[in-house]
Amino acid sequence: MATILSSILEAHDGEVLAQWLVALKASGGTGGGRIKEGELQTQCRHFLDALRQALATAKNSDGNIQGAAFEDVRELLADVSRSRAAQGFSPTETASFVFSLKQPLFERLRQELGGDTARIVDESWQATQVLDQLGLYTTEIHQKSREDIVARQQAEIAELSTPVVKLWHGILALPLIGTLDSARTQVVMENLLQSIVDQGAEIAIIDITGVPTVDTLVAQHLLKTIAAARLMGADCIVSGIRPQIAQTMVHLGVELNVVSKASLADAFALALQRTGRTVVRSKLAGTLAART
Amino acid sequence: MDRIPILKLGRALLVTVQVDMHDRLAMALEEDLSAKIVTTGARGVLIDISGLEIVDSFMGRMLDTIAAVSRLLDADTVVVGMRPAVAITLVELGLSLNGVKTALDVDRGMALITGDYGHASEGSEDLEDSDDRGEG
Repeated sequence: MATILSSILEAHDGEVLAQWLVALKASGGTGGGRIKEGELQTQCRHFLDALRQALATAKNSDGNIQGAAFEDVRELLADVSRSRAAQGFSPTETASFVFSLKQPLFERLRQELGGDTARIVDESWQATQVLDQLGLYTTEIHQKSREDIVARQQAEIAELSTPVVKLWHGILALPLIGTLDSARTQVVMENLLQSIVDQGAEIAIIDITGVPTVDTLVAQHLLKTIAAARLMGADCIVSGIRPQIAQTMVHLGVELNVVSKASLADAFALALQRTGRTVVRSKLAGTLAART
Repeated sequence: MDRIPILKLGRALLVTVQVDMHDRLAMALEEDLSAKIVTTGARGVLIDISGLEIVDSFMGRMLDTIAAVSRLLDADTVVVGMRPAVAITLVELGLSLNGVKTALDVDRGMALITGDYGHASEGSEDLEDSDDRGEG
């Protein structure tokens, strides 16, 4: 069956390629010039070669692309799709790489088979089946690579969003941003405890200004972190509880049995006091002048 | 059987756990320590667990028990040098050792017991009280 397709691809290699490239550009498969002409041509040529070989070697005519004969084609498409995903192509733009091959191929079929309408329909159906599956496969790989990218970025955000800042000798601050779930709490806890060991800190200020909501679960996570820090020998102060959050917490019956301060500055002042330090203004006149 | 050494340091006892504690070792430590507190009249017990890498619920409970026993015998217990992983494990097990004082290292733990440490005002007051009673 597919031999007619493969023979077409063999005999009219150049024309199909040229028409395909035109169709590809028309359908936006180049992503508005994000891919270079030469690279696109190479990809197309390799794909046509692989497709021809696959069609020639495929035994049955059911158009299944999961067989061994299509392995090269699949691999090639996967590469193309992954690179497209990395370059920021939309799924449509990526899939049109395969789908835009239909038009030149059907054109060629009509010319080859002349007036034999029944056969044209037959062959078109076969070709459509194969190309549709390849197109879907491309989309699938595209989707998968995007998901990989998202997962990696999530991991990076989790890493970045839990910094431990040294405010003074022995005083650490942990500005939390975003919702605290179990996975993040784990990261936060590990970071904080390691920093306590590394810097020999006695006081850790947990600032929750950037935490949008505090429900019972978040409170439990906070308490766990505080308990772990206490076991290591460091005291915790919670700061940055916004008025709405304080109300919500009271209404929910959430109790944080720790020292809490409204602002990070207050917490820092308390921490300094506890470690036996005071803040003194050295140049009264200078600061007044700077303020006005 | 192995025993964990208990050193007398001034008016405090220093216990350094440098091996992985197994259950019988922990029970032996509890016995030895309570006997030693009585014979030396120590006012504080410093347990350094910086060498401890693995804890289970039994070990967590043991630390709590040792602290409770010492408190009965009029000595403050301070656990020092806990590793982050150990702290996380204990918290996940639900053992936050509320009856035990903690410090980051032996130095600070000792300061907590002897009471010359600025921010450990609570601990120092307790100690002075017990000192008075001890002398009398």
